[in-house]
Amino acid sequence: MVWAESIPRAWRERVKKYRLLGGKCPSCGSVVYPYRQVCPYCGSEVLQPVELPRRGRVISYTVVRHPPSDFVGKEPYVVAIVELEGGARVLAQLTDVKPEEVREGMEVEAVFRRYREQSPNGVIEYGIKFRPV
Amino acid sequence: MKRVFVIGAGATKIGEHWDKSLRELAVEALLAAVRDAGIDKREVQALYVGNMMSGELQGQEHLGALVATWAGMAGVAAFKVEAACASGGAALHQAYLAAASGLYDCVAVVGVEKMTDALPNDVTSALLTAEDQDYVVFAGATFVGLNALAYRMYLSRYGVKQEDVARFAVHCHKMAVNNPYAQFRREVTLEEVMSSPLIADPIRLLECAPVGDGAAALVLCNEDFLKRNPRDVLVEIAGGAVATDILSVHERKDPLAMAGFRKAAGEAMKRAGIETKDVDVLEVHDAFTVLGILTLEALGYAPPGKGWQLVADGELEPGGRIPTNTMGGLKARGHPVGGTGVYQVFDIVRQLRGEAGANQVEGAEIGLAQNLGGVAGTVAVHVMRRVR
Amino acid sequence: MKFSMKVGIAGYGAYVPIYRIEGSEVARIWGSGDEEPIKEKSVPGLDEDSLTMAFEAARGALEMAGVERSEVGAVLVGSESPPYAVKPSATVIAEALGLTPRVVAIDMEFACKAGTTAMILAAGLIAGGAIKHGLAIGTDNAQARPGDELEYTAGAGAAAYLLSGDSNRFLAVIEHAYSYVTDTPDFWRREGERYPRHAYRFTGAPAYFGHIVGAAKGLMEEAGLKPTDFDYVVFHQPNVKFPLRVAQMLGFKPEQVKPGLLSGEIGNTYAAASLIGLARVLDAAKPNQRILVVSFGSGAGSDAISLVTTDKVGSKRSSLERFLSRKVYVDYGLYAKMKGILRVA
Repeated sequence: MVWAESIPRAWRERVKKYRLLGGKCPSCGSVVYPYRQVCPYCGSEVLQPVELPRRGRVISYTVVRHPPSDFVGKEPYVVAIVELEGGARVLAQLTDVKPEEVREGMEVEAVFRRYREQSPNGVIEYGIKFRPV
Repeated sequence: MKRVFVIGAGATKIGEHWDKSLRELAVEALLAAVRDAGIDKREVQALYVGNMMSGELQGQEHLGALVATWAGMAGVAAFKVEAACASGGAALHQAYLAAASGLYDCVAVVGVEKMTDALPNDVTSALLTAEDQDYVVFAGATFVGLNALAYRMYLSRYGVKQEDVARFAVHCHKMAVNNPYAQFRREVTLEEVMSSPLIADPIRLLECAPVGDGAAALVLCNEDFLKRNPRDVLVEIAGGAVATDILSVHERKDPLAMAGFRKAAGEAMKRAGIETKDVDVLEVHDAFTVLGILTLEALGYAPPGKGWQLVADGELEPGGRIPTNTMGGLKARGHPVGGTGVYQVFDIVRQLRGEAGANQVEGAEIGLAQNLGGVAGTVAVHVMRRVR
Repeated sequence: MKFSMKVGIAGYGAYVPIYRIEGSEVARIWGSGDEEPIKEKSVPGLDEDSLTMAFEAARGALEMAGVERSEVGAVLVGSESPPYAVKPSATVIAEALGLTPRVVAIDMEFACKAGTTAMILAAGLIAGGAIKHGLAIGTDNAQARPGDELEYTAGAGAAAYLLSGDSNRFLAVIEHAYSYVTDTPDFWRREGERYPRHAYRFTGAPAYFGHIVGAAKGLMEEAGLKPTDFDYVVFHQPNVKFPLRVAQMLGFKPEQVKPGLLSGEIGNTYAAASLIGLARVLDAAKPNQRILVVSFGSGAGSDAISLVTTDKVGSKRSSLERFLSRKVYVDYGLYAKMKGILRVA
């Protein structure tokens, strides 16, 4: 899969991933992740970049047991919708927690972890996961 | 806008077609539809090929020209149309628009997908091209996983038991027994569904539409064509609409709202001049059981959190209040992704023509098909009407 | 060595992963019948490496110090287990902390001494007036040959120190430093090899003990200090016995060593070891106490650093205690998967 090994693509997105860079809409007040120029809710084109709070709670979660190719060997792992303080929602893995311990509403905090490698000896892609507080 | 009619329909059986390639499946369905229409294939002026993953799985794009060539129709205006799992419905919509505009009088649409060429983990990755690569797929989410997130929210919000939603799969299998095109023609019990392996909690294997190969095709024409070529026509496309929602389900203010579907369904029904109570036969996009239930609720057939009751009460059967997925739906008829949107209309056409055999809905006149792309990021809805 | 300007610790952080494997579990697979050298050691999760651990420790240090990111002029990372042989962890950490692009960044290797050497170099940059604050990090996901005696102790962890020249921020001041280095091949890994090799008993007297004693005595002579002048001493801790023995050799008492001795619980965290011990001590220390840290890195060398706490110490604590207390035990199979000994083809 060609896109999976694109260095420029991973490089372009790194700061948004590393620093949880989101956008605040001055028109409707929504906060989104990742940062983008246009608000998906009201269409305003003047979103302000903001480093989002690193704490939140689990809105919903699932346990992936049949992963896509570049996550083989990591299953089972938990993917959750985390709502950060301030309202932005992030789709991320939970870590340092057993799948059976996860609960809706669980308080979590952001941590910096390895997500994937572009290929066995390729570039490593890091990002934000969440662990129980 | 001119009126548009379905004059031909054809499809392959859905299954693991090791011996048939993508182009062979597409041509088989397309030529069957052309034969069914009783026209010469050269009368088709535009061809829309609905497909999602030919680039990923076959390394093949440019499907319009490829399928046209292999069907002996090179020269025709031809296009690949992609909208993830709504590719078929989106292609149908383009075909409908082409004929309705009057620029083309006779058009064809074929929805096709060949999924068994790739290993399961790679098919999972290919399906994920429907989602945000950098911020959703990056996190290791799978397509089943994203739907599971919504499923869990649904169960928690309304206090519904998973068994009651899973029963939708039991209904679909029962319907498919009488559909010779279906991938699975055996019934399953609720126990089998609830004890099948977890794929992405809480979704179990038998709650998911299967992986398979297949192609379905329709030939459409407008009233101008009919004036020149009078024929017995039974089915009209009375209205159609496509809408999008915020792509990532987790970014929607309410992940369960199905805003894209409500918009498309509302517009399609308005264009067709009908209301939900007028629908005699319904095709919902049950890639996962919960989507079927959410759709029934979104259409108003049951209050939120109570859609499962319709299944339990048998209201989805041919004799029930709202016959749904009467040929097996995505779960049992199958879900060769790009083909599904056309298969759904193929199934409705058979009902409206009275060719549904043991699953016939008596006096079926109005059919509605809902085709979802991604987690309902794109929705294509078409309303079909029997004209005589 | 003395710095021409006062340099101190303005913030510190330490991180240990949640997973543990007991020495008895390693013995169950490879057991020789000898007593295990430690009770248990830390194991990094599948999504962790020396870089992610370093980031967490560094973030803790920056948060504690509360300095302006633009005034952190250096990120120096000491590790012998970086995720890349070529491509520094320092750039990823600096980017993730928001310290790029104007920053001196480098990865350095000197086995278990690289973290303290990072501190000395950061202090030098500050004392030279080149930067205002600097981050020194020691981090390792220690690799040991399966079945080798070092497998019992090869742990994982990180510690980070935000050094500064701004005396208003000092939690502790660097009073004196002494580096003692010789060409001594006690433990090494050739390019391309997965696991290091060591020289068994040779790693004792000529290596660990010889250099720690050399650095500690060197510092105390130069600075005019004796063991009783110190409230705490933190040694590099490859196991529990060596630090206690070298303490005795130098004239320190067990009570001075024990507060900073964590190897029994988390194993040998290599470049982070003495720095995690120091973090534990700083979390417990009172104002005006003197601490001696003596690292040891194979190859070989020791850095001795003498620190005096200010009245601000104790106003802030790191998250180390939280990380030490959260434990999830794994069996050898899961441990092997996490350490990359078992790989998906």
